Amino acid sequence: MASAAGSSPSFDPADSSAPGLNKPASEISPIRKFLQSRGSSAALDKAFAGLMVVCALTIFAIVALILFELVMRSRLSIAKFGIGFFFKQAWDPVSGQFGALPFIYGTLVSSLLGLLIAVPLAVGVAIFITEMCPKPLRAPLSFITELLAAIPSVVYGLWAVFVLVPLLREHINPVLAKFLGWTGLFGGPNYGIGMLAAGVILAIMILPVISSLTREVMISVPHSQREAVLALGATRWEMIRMGVLRNARIGIVGSIILGLGRALGETMAVTMVIGNRPEIAKSLFAPGYSMASVIANEFSEASDDLYLSALVEIGLALFLVTIVVNALARLLVWAVTRGTPARVS
Amino acid sequence: MATTVYKTSPYNRISRQLADYAASGLSILSTVLVVAPLVAIFLYLVYKGAGSLNLAFFTQVPKPVGESGGGMANAIFGSAVLLLIGSVVGVPIGIAGGIFLAEFGRGSRLANAVRFTADVLNGVPSIVMGISVYSLIVLPQKHFSALSGGVALGIMMIPTITRTTEEMLLMVPNSIREAALGLGVPNWRSVLAISLRTASPGVITGCMLAFARVAGETAPLLFTAFGNQFWSADLNQPIAALPLQIFVYAISPYDEWHRLAWAGALVLIVLIVVSVALVRYVTSRGVLKGAS
Repeated sequence: MASAAGSSPSFDPADSSAPGLNKPASEISPIRKFLQSRGSSAALDKAFAGLMVVCALTIFAIVALILFELVMRSRLSIAKFGIGFFFKQAWDPVSGQFGALPFIYGTLVSSLLGLLIAVPLAVGVAIFITEMCPKPLRAPLSFITELLAAIPSVVYGLWAVFVLVPLLREHINPVLAKFLGWTGLFGGPNYGIGMLAAGVILAIMILPVISSLTREVMISVPHSQREAVLALGATRWEMIRMGVLRNARIGIVGSIILGLGRALGETMAVTMVIGNRPEIAKSLFAPGYSMASVIANEFSEASDDLYLSALVEIGLALFLVTIVVNALARLLVWAVTRGTPARVS
Repeated sequence: MATTVYKTSPYNRISRQLADYAASGLSILSTVLVVAPLVAIFLYLVYKGAGSLNLAFFTQVPKPVGESGGGMANAIFGSAVLLLIGSVVGVPIGIAGGIFLAEFGRGSRLANAVRFTADVLNGVPSIVMGISVYSLIVLPQKHFSALSGGVALGIMMIPTITRTTEEMLLMVPNSIREAALGLGVPNWRSVLAISLRTASPGVITGCMLAFARVAGETAPLLFTAFGNQFWSADLNQPIAALPLQIFVYAISPYDEWHRLAWAGALVLIVLIVVSVALVRYVTSRGVLKGAS
């Protein structure tokens, strides 16, 4: 929900797809300009404007400072291990050997697993809410999905530890092992905690992000598209597929990537259920470790400088990856919700 | 080719109809699957939390392992302190950033860059925020402190507040600003007393959204506020926080601590749900009624 703040909840969506969205924004009347540039208050006005600019620039400064600090604190490990840091599997604080591969693997696998579960569900929910849902249900449903987004990560973790993990261990994992055990993905000892539990809790957590953005993108598809497809005799599903999903697909991809960004950086809930063992195992039942959770677990007990700087380097990698992922997602979502006419292909 | 494809055979019609039903069924099913965990989490939380909530929870500090009873009074207080510091840091910068975007930088390249950076900042994982603030404030000071935790939360509040403030200010009609200027009001006063005032319900909403979001943050506090088993109001000392305490108790092996974790989670979630519902109520009423 917080990340959806970028696109106004209160704008009329029909408006935002119209070409003249910035109409009131770009025109400042000459009279106003004249009045502003004159009179005793001009100096004060300039000072005020300057103050606002400084505050806005603070945001740049913060991001720059974060980057600077991360690079500075991790230079020890960057200098020692170089690029090989990301391809090595060893994680041995005692002998001073650090490699981030198990954590990268854990983060990627748990996030992709989360996406795999969440995306179909999220798109289904968005379709239901925008295209099928009876009107009185619409507001409560979107409220509920918003609430899911507002639940703190640590509460999800708490629930996962005491409800989800036992559920997986007792009921779901045995079934998976029985029917899909031959793939090798669902074998080995079944602790409950592990990669699969992390994937499921991540799916629950990123669902609302993806579904609320997908909903927004789908709403911004003009009604004429739907009506045109219906007029050709399409069923409702064909209307959704050809009239809505096809036009909104870039935005939907954007919202999925945004969900990925969220999943990559998710810390607390994952830390509580992933098992925290720096190993790469094929089975999804096996415990793993993620980049965020290794920082959360080991940062405050990192005794020597190299250890600390290796952990900060993992943080730096996480920071850069999430920036790229988020920027990409934003651009894609903006491309759809911002006045570009729907393309018919 | 077209004519053959669209020649309606009964089979074709039935299969299309079936696909339609299947799609409807699947989307309804997925909605149920999404709503179910929320309801499950919430009911379970109320069930577990309500059983463990008592007066002691709000008035006592944690007891040592093995003793029953005790509460999280210090964590609730600590969270309040941290959120207060966070608001002091985040709200003014956030609102000023929003004012810049909506009133001064409209359409300029700088404004686009600020907007984009705010979105980037919004996506920075909270754990990364934690280690940055750790190396910025905690390392030079050489000890964990409430102040550093509050600053971390404040930074996380900025992007949300900036973007909502901007959006709300953009909804204020230009005619109101021009009327103020026409009466001889200086621009800075027109921005503060006319634009910002008109948009204030929406701006407050944005602040509360940001507040609710950081209220449950644990990761940035791990290496900044650090947590504390005792009362502390010293900004230069480690301080307890509700989400931190829940985390520590949840992964502990003691039943008594699990009980407290559930109670804490319930308190946290009630706080957040109430503020989200309030926000929703305010926005659904029409933020700028009468203004536009």
